[in-house]
Amino acid sequence: MTLPRRWPLIAIGLLVVLILPLVLNQLGNLYAVRVIGLVGIYCILGVGLNITIGYTGLLDLGYIAFYAIGAYTAAILSIAGISFWLGLPIVMVVGGAIRLGLGAPILRLRGDYLAIVTLGFGEIVRLVLINLDAITNGPKGLPRVGEKIADVKLFAFTLTENIHFYYLILVFLLIAIFISHRLEHSRLGRALIAIREDELAATLSGINIARTKAVAFVISGIIGAVAGDIYVHWNQFVSPESFTFWESVLLVSMLVIGGMGNVWGILLGVVLLVAVPEVLRSTLGTAFVDYRMIAFGLLMVVIIIFRPQGLLPSRRRALELEAAGGEP
Amino acid sequence: MFFQQLVNGITLGSIYALFALGYTMVYGILLMINFAHSEIFMVGAYLGFWALSLLPVWVQGWTPGYFILVFAIAMMGAGLLAVTIERVAYRPLRRASRLAPLISAIGVSIFLQNLVQVTVSAQSQPYPDTFKISHYEFFGVQVNSLQIFIFALAISAMVLLQVFITKTRLGKAMRATAQNHTVSQLMGINVNFIITVTFLIGGALGGLAGVLNGMYYGSIKFNMGFFPGLKAFTAAVVGGIGNIKGAMVGGFLLGIIEALTVGYISSAYKDIILFAVLILVLIFRPTGIFGEEVTEKI
Repeated sequence: MTLPRRWPLIAIGLLVVLILPLVLNQLGNLYAVRVIGLVGIYCILGVGLNITIGYTGLLDLGYIAFYAIGAYTAAILSIAGISFWLGLPIVMVVGGAIRLGLGAPILRLRGDYLAIVTLGFGEIVRLVLINLDAITNGPKGLPRVGEKIADVKLFAFTLTENIHFYYLILVFLLIAIFISHRLEHSRLGRALIAIREDELAATLSGINIARTKAVAFVISGIIGAVAGDIYVHWNQFVSPESFTFWESVLLVSMLVIGGMGNVWGILLGVVLLVAVPEVLRSTLGTAFVDYRMIAFGLLMVVIIIFRPQGLLPSRRRALELEAAGGEP
Repeated sequence: MFFQQLVNGITLGSIYALFALGYTMVYGILLMINFAHSEIFMVGAYLGFWALSLLPVWVQGWTPGYFILVFAIAMMGAGLLAVTIERVAYRPLRRASRLAPLISAIGVSIFLQNLVQVTVSAQSQPYPDTFKISHYEFFGVQVNSLQIFIFALAISAMVLLQVFITKTRLGKAMRATAQNHTVSQLMGINVNFIITVTFLIGGALGGLAGVLNGMYYGSIKFNMGFFPGLKAFTAAVVGGIGNIKGAMVGGFLLGIIEALTVGYISSAYKDIILFAVLILVLIFRPTGIFGEEVTEKI
């Protein structure tokens, strides 16, 4: 494997993400470390969702449901005394299986119908979490009084502080980016992009549409579930209200604004939509938060009209857009 | 119990049917899901709210004229809003991929909801109860005058729309545009004008549904459009999206299903059941009850 062309940039970026939180932590700015950790979680979700939306062109408006499924499965396992590392594969299997179960019947639907069905599924999951008191403790969330989500242990070391979880999140994010990057340039990735561009032409080129879409859909669901697993161990609490439709919309907006199909675009989108508002909130007060969503709404419309490829589009997609005469 | 829930369901269904017409008309012509339609419903309800509370007392004394004026304001405002949204957020994307207008519509929806939340109120507000409600009982089934009023108004709006679509020149042009934009244009139809008219009518009906919804439930909130919007969209899909009669039948069907779920199972499950209906219909009969099989153009 040769080094990517922009390796100095990547090296500097890696150094920053490795050292900056450590410096902030030493300076005692724990809030900043927490925000950076949160950005990391959203980046994992963004990378996962990008496989569905960015590569395959399936607009998934209920992705947050898989984050929720991962978080709840992990919480239940953890309360039952199963450790993070043992629980992780179980969470992945549960997330992947449910994703496959949902995907099998709906993946043949046309794009906009698929969007609405995934939206419906996302809301069903949230409503079930609220109403299934016996398992999920309803709106009060997990763990119940007297129960505890187990700590994450790495050999003899127990992760307790935000900075510990930050590095755990970073490792998982890098794995997700690696998977996503290898996928994009694999035979499967090229098949996904072919499907996005023209399903009929892809079929005629011998691509098994149903199976290829399902594989992408499941991989992306597993990544979402893993993000939920990490989040619940870090946060030590989970409740249905974290998984509203607007969270899914926020994820989609991150991809649209940042640039679909490109990992750097996703990072930019997350920083713009999660980190910047957090920082502005701590400096400008809560009044700003109310106006944040108004700005997002406008930004989505403006970007989709004037720069449909996003702020930092993938190089391949930008070329394709240019070749097609500026139309996606 | 059954007939009581049926009455409630038909009232609810009247609102959903009016609301669903906007989704189905826009889909019929542009093949796009107008996600912002639920916000047009919400804005319509707020316009009605202001008209009901702010109109001078001498107008309020004259009951029929008062309500006509309130509905006219709400419908006109909602219709114009829908037309503006189309101009600003959808028209530039007419040649873009199918998902682009949907994303743009979601952006408009976020914008409007939060605008109302920030500038008007984040809390739910009581709707003025200027409508004098009298209760009747037929064979043990409670019916009130508001339910009869909503049903009658919805039916007359639908009949008018049906006459407009089938009997007038403009209606004919709309049907032609729904079939094929290019050929309609060659026949001398101003397609952009037809699309504007479609959004105007759909938006006005959505606004009417919003006011009726506010009067029926007695309160409004900035996010009141979301769930009814999904239900109305489901109604449009169940009836066969793009089909006007389908949206009406689908609306009543959904209202009745919801009322029966509330009556016999639990109100906690009414939204789950409706989403399940949407998913099942899309999987097993995506063309709905009245929809025609459309072959994908290559």
